Amino acid sequence: MKTSFRTIALVFGREFRAYFATPLAAVFLLVFLALSAGLAFFAGGFFERGQADLGPFFAWHPWIFLILMPAIGMRLWADERRSGVIELLMTLPVRAHEVVIGKFLAGWAFTAVALVLTMSFWLVTLYLGSPDNGIVLASYIGSFLMAGAFLAISACISAMTKNQVIAFILAAIVSFLLVMSGTNLVLAALRGWAPAFVVDLVQSLSFITNFDRLTRGVLEAPAVILFLSTIVLALWINVQVIDAKKAA
Amino acid sequence: MQLVQANGLVKTFSRVRAVDGVSLEVSRGEVVGFLGPNGAGKSTTMKMLTGFLEPDAGTASIAGHDVFADPIAARRRLGYLPEGAPAYGDMTVADFLTFVGRMRGLSNATLNERLVEMVERVNLAAVWTRPIDALSKGFKRRVGIAQALIHDPEVLILDEPTDGLDPNQKHDMRELIAAIAPGKAIVISTHILEEVEAICSRVVIIAEGRVVADAAPAALLDAAIVDGQRPTLEAVFRSITGSKAA
Repeated sequence: MKTSFRTIALVFGREFRAYFATPLAAVFLLVFLALSAGLAFFAGGFFERGQADLGPFFAWHPWIFLILMPAIGMRLWADERRSGVIELLMTLPVRAHEVVIGKFLAGWAFTAVALVLTMSFWLVTLYLGSPDNGIVLASYIGSFLMAGAFLAISACISAMTKNQVIAFILAAIVSFLLVMSGTNLVLAALRGWAPAFVVDLVQSLSFITNFDRLTRGVLEAPAVILFLSTIVLALWINVQVIDAKKAA
Repeated sequence: MQLVQANGLVKTFSRVRAVDGVSLEVSRGEVVGFLGPNGAGKSTTMKMLTGFLEPDAGTASIAGHDVFADPIAARRRLGYLPEGAPAYGDMTVADFLTFVGRMRGLSNATLNERLVEMVERVNLAAVWTRPIDALSKGFKRRVGIAQALIHDPEVLILDEPTDGLDPNQKHDMRELIAAIAPGKAIVISTHILEEVEAICSRVVIIAEGRVVADAAPAALLDAAIVDGQRPTLEAVFRSITGSKAA
């Protein structure tokens, strides 16, 4: 598959800047910081635990991302289709996968900015005690990978509609299912009738279960592979959707 | 070689046949006016010529490159103004044209030359650093023309380039198209019949997805002479498309 990295870089640059062209960036960053801090302090017992670690902070990330990543991804394609710019973009000498990758990377880089801004937490715990820095780093990497998986799904769904609200809601629902699939609620409901391997499969796909593994400080290959392959699969579907719309 | 060549393009949307076997050839130096009532299939045909939509049947090529088998090569030689002149509203005119130029693979030196030329030719100096969202309809349309021309393509496909412009702007746009026409093949869709007489060397009329006339404007009028009276283009247009549309 021929790929122009120049095109990917150009699309990336445009999309990344577009996040900051509207108040969306500021709103997103504020909401993300407020939510992740607020939940860690008030619901996670960050201080009361008396331990210098970031566990209560990372524990909420799957729940925060399942709302915020669809918000970042919803505009990537739906807005293009609504405004008609997609017609201009896709008649430039570009290949669909170059644009898909460029847009995704822009959203992912924006997420990285948000995550870097939370590193003040790390500094606070370093001041208060001596956290296991390996665990913190592994958790940050895990959080970034999981965010990428949510984002790729959101971008893919955004390509299916010209309505950003629909894109947001559908992506949030899919993300919610991927998070919930590891909870006892879902697993107990399955255990009643489904064969054991199905239960194991559903559990192994759960974002929460896999993310928990990463936040325990081991960069476990299965979890990393799950998030990366989710990204690749969602982006591949994204390209297929763009191509299919041509023939629609 | 024909710069634009379409053979038997067919496109059906949920059982409505929008385009029904349209063939079209445009050679260098020609400006073809693409006319037809609303919903006749003009925009759909143009979307297939540019490769944005895949036809159910038929082929299209730009400068000898099939737009579906060899899309990158075809699109390099093509400048396209989609319906409504869409653009990234959050970008300034300068940033947007720079982005399109780079996406088209222009080197920095060439791009700078072309940007200077676009500012002059399309008259964009006054809005150069303004966000596109803040522009009037006329300027937005001009930005759309500028992005289609940025790489000096051999083939231009312009979907209603003068829609929403005031009479002065329309005049400027026609002058611009006439000035760049030699050496290019241009297809323009429009509702404005005087425009066709002013700048087009040929007129193609479609109705209900089919080509119903393809001739020079003068020849079309001569063919419709009744009692030694040469009708207006409007009368010809209405007589060709009206009975079917009604």
